[in-house]
Amino acid sequence: MNAPRKLPGSLATNPRLAQWLRINADGTVTVFTGKVEIGQGLLTALTQVVADELDVSPQRIRLTTAATDRGPNEGITSGSRSIEESGVALRYACAEARELLLERAAIKLGVSVEKITVADGVVSSGGLTVTYWELADERMLERDATGQTPPKPAGEHKHIGSPAPRVDLPAKLTGGAAYVQDLHFPGMVYGRVVRPPAYAARLVALDDADVKAMPGVIAVVRDGSFLGVVAAREEQAIRAARRLARSAQWHNDRTLPADLTPAAYLLAQPARTDVISEKADPAALQRGGTVLTATYTRPYIAHASMGPSCAVAHFEHDHYRVWTHSQGIHPLRNDMAKALRVAPEALTVNHAAGAGCYGHNGADDVALDAALLARAVPGRAVQVQWMREDEFAWEPYGPAMVVKTRAALDAAGNIVDWQLDVWSYPHSTRPEGKDGVNLIAAWHLAEPQPAATPANPPLPPGGSHRNAIPLYDFPNQRVRNHLVMHSPLRASALRALGAHANVFAIESFMDELAAAAGADPVEFRLRHLKDARARAVIEAVAQQCGWTNAAPADGRGRGIGFARYKNLGCYVAVVAEVDVESAPRLTRAWAAVDVGLVINPDGVINQIEGGIIQAASMTLKEQVTFDRERITSRTWDDYPVMKFSESPQVAVTLLDRSDLPPVGAGEGATGPTAAAIANAVAAAIGARVRDMPVSRERVIAALAN
Amino acid sequence: MAIEVEVNGRTHTVDADGETPLLYVLRNDLQLKGARFGCGLGACGACTVVIDGKAVQSCDISLAAVAGKSITTIEGIGSPAKLHALQRAFLEEQAAQCGYCTSGIIMTAYVLLASNAHPSDEEIRAALDGNICRCGTQARVLRAIRKATAAG
Repeated sequence: MNAPRKLPGSLATNPRLAQWLRINADGTVTVFTGKVEIGQGLLTALTQVVADELDVSPQRIRLTTAATDRGPNEGITSGSRSIEESGVALRYACAEARELLLERAAIKLGVSVEKITVADGVVSSGGLTVTYWELADERMLERDATGQTPPKPAGEHKHIGSPAPRVDLPAKLTGGAAYVQDLHFPGMVYGRVVRPPAYAARLVALDDADVKAMPGVIAVVRDGSFLGVVAAREEQAIRAARRLARSAQWHNDRTLPADLTPAAYLLAQPARTDVISEKADPAALQRGGTVLTATYTRPYIAHASMGPSCAVAHFEHDHYRVWTHSQGIHPLRNDMAKALRVAPEALTVNHAAGAGCYGHNGADDVALDAALLARAVPGRAVQVQWMREDEFAWEPYGPAMVVKTRAALDAAGNIVDWQLDVWSYPHSTRPEGKDGVNLIAAWHLAEPQPAATPANPPLPPGGSHRNAIPLYDFPNQRVRNHLVMHSPLRASALRALGAHANVFAIESFMDELAAAAGADPVEFRLRHLKDARARAVIEAVAQQCGWTNAAPADGRGRGIGFARYKNLGCYVAVVAEVDVESAPRLTRAWAAVDVGLVINPDGVINQIEGGIIQAASMTLKEQVTFDRERITSRTWDDYPVMKFSESPQVAVTLLDRSDLPPVGAGEGATGPTAAAIANAVAAAIGARVRDMPVSRERVIAALAN
Repeated sequence: MAIEVEVNGRTHTVDADGETPLLYVLRNDLQLKGARFGCGLGACGACTVVIDGKAVQSCDISLAAVAGKSITTIEGIGSPAKLHALQRAFLEEQAAQCGYCTSGIIMTAYVLLASNAHPSDEEIRAALDGNICRCGTQARVLRAIRKATAAG
C-alpha cells in the first residue's frame, strides 16, 4: 500500500475528479479550470493536455473558464504557474478518468484492460467497440483522485509538444464577442466612476442636481468619497461622469514626497532587513583583489493594459452576479463581500476574458465599482469600464527598486565574493490580504475598509527578492532583502515581480565584472555556473546569434542576460542587439529557453517573444510620473511604450527537455531581456547605464561621466 | 435623434445624440464588438475602422460626422467561415496574444494594403505607429501582414 502523498498540481487542493471534467452523453467532454485566459494561450495548452491524456480529439473538448459556483478553486492566475498547477492536475485527472473508463469498458466488452485500444473516445477490442459517451455516468467521477495513474510518457503524445493554434483567436480576429467589455445583457445600462484627483483626497461637497437632469442619467451614486453615475447609454454615462467631476469638491491634505527617485527615497526609509542567502569560504575570500561596487534602479512601472479595466454586475434579491477579468475570482469575491458587508455566498463571480493585464491591474477594483453601482439600480446589469486616465492613475504599479552590488575578483578573474542588497516595497496588494480590503472603492466608502498590510511573496519564489539570489556558484555570498512597507504610490504584482530589477542588476554586474577580469561575458558566466540546464541555454543562445568578442559596428552593441525564473522555473538566456544612434533601441533579440516538457511550442515562443518586446519597452522607455499631488502619467502620450517602428526582430529556440516536468514561460524573459539590453548599450557606448529607463538622456549622461 | 449610418454595406438608423462617438454606436447600438475602447483619445488604435477608405479612430469621431459615409469594421471584411486574407494570415502566424488591439491593427493594415499592395517593412511599421500592442506581438504582426501581402 502506498503511503498518502501530496496530489499533483492543483489536485492537492481540489481532489474531486468531477471538479475537473465531465464526460457527456452527447460525445463531448466538459473541462473545468480555476485558471483564466489572459492572452497567454492557457485554454489551448489545457485542451492539448486533455486530448492526449483522455484520448479524445480536441474538437470534443469544451473548456469552461473559472467561476465561483463551479469547477476548482485555483487561487490566482499568476507567477507563470498555470501549467504547473492546472495543467498538471488535468494531466493526472484525465489519466485517472481514462483508466476508470477502460475498466468499465473491459467489463462491458468482457475482455481484459490490456487488450483494449482507444481512439477519440471509442474503446475497441477484438472487433467489439463501446464509447466513453456510453460508459460514463454522473457518478463515475464523483470521487477523489488518487494521483496513482501516471500520465503518458512524451513518446505517446500526439498533441502535447506540437504547435496548436489558439482556440480563442478566431473570434478575437473577426469581431466576435470575446471580452468582458463585449458582454451584453438585455436592458444593460452603463456606469462610470469619478475618482478623487489624488490618492488621499476626500469628497467634501457635491452639487449633482444638474447631472441628475442630464439625458439618460438613471442614478448618481455617492457613498462617502466613492462617486459614480449610471446612465442608459455609455456616452451618456461618460458625459455625466465628466460633469460630476466638475461638480465635486475634494480636499487633499496629504502630499507625495518631493523626491521619489528610487535611490534617494527608498534608501532613506526604514526597512525590514533579512539575510536571504549566505555562504562563507575564508580561504577564497583571502584571494580577493579587485573590488567592484554598483547601484542599479528601477522606477515605478505601469501594467498599462490596452483595455481599461471593466466589469459587469447585476444585483437582485440580495444577490450579486459579477463578470470580471480578475486573475483570482475567489479572493476577489471575499474582498467584495467585506466591502459590501454581505456574506461571500451573496456573490457569484464569473471570469470573462480581458485584455492582457501582466499582473495585478484595475480588474479587481472595477468589479467592486460595478457592484456598488448595480446595487443602486436593482434588476439591471451595469457595465462599468474605466477611462484610460483611471487605469493609468489608479492601477497598482510595479514597485520602484534599488539593487546594490559588491564583488571581489581574484587574480585569475574569478568572483570570490558576492554581495547584493535589494530595497523594494512589497510586491503584492492583491485582494484577500490578511487584514483589510484591497479594492479602491472600499477605501472611499462612508464606512471605509482600510487596505490590507501589503504582502511580499516569500521565498521561494519570492516577491521583491525574486531572483535576487544568483544561480552562479560563488564561494562567498551574502544577499539581503530590505523591505520598505509603505509605498507612496499604489503598488502590486507586475510581470516577473522583483526579477525584472534583480536580474537587470545581477546580469549587468556580471558584465561589469567580466570587463574588469578581461573576460568574454559568455565565457565568464559559464566559468561560474555548474547547473547544466543553465549552461545549455547560455551556450545555445550564443551559438544561435553567432556570439563573438569582436568589436561592434558604430552605434551598435550586443549583450547577454540569463536567469532561471524564480530560481525554480524556466531557464532563459537572451542576447540583445541595440542601436544607440538616436534613442537606444532593441533591433534584434535571440533567446534560448528550457521549460521542461513543452505543451504548445508556438505558445511558449509567443510568450517569450512578447516577454522580450514588453521588457524592452519597460527597460528602455517606461516610468510612472507624478508631482506632489497626483499621478501625472495619465495618457499614452505621458506614458509612451514601444511602437511598431521601434520593435525588434526576435528569434526563439526551445531546448528539448520532454523528460522533465513542464513549467510556465510567461515571465521568464523579462529579467534576462532587461539585462541583455543594458549590456548591449554598454557594449555600444563604452559606458554603463544602471538606472531604468535606459533612455537617451541616461546614455548621454553616462557618456559624460 | 435618428441618424442614418452605413456600416459594412448596410444602412442603420440609430437613435442617439449626434455628438456620440462612433465607437459606442458600433459597439452598443449595432453590437459590432470588434472595434474596442482603448483610450478615447484616438491615441492607441484599438478602435480603428475604415471610413471612406481611410483608417479612422472611431472613439474620436462623432456619429453626426459620419452620417452618409461608408464605414467598414473588422466584421465587414471577413468572418470565421470566410476569412479575409489578413485575418487568415494573422491566424496562420498566431499573431496575437490577448487580441484586444488586433482588430484595430488589421483595419489599419487593410487600408495600407488598399493603397499599397506591396509595402516595404518600413512602410508597414510606419502605418502601424498609431496602433499600440502591449503584449509584444509586433514581430508576429509584421510577419502576418507581409504574408497577407504575398498572398494578395
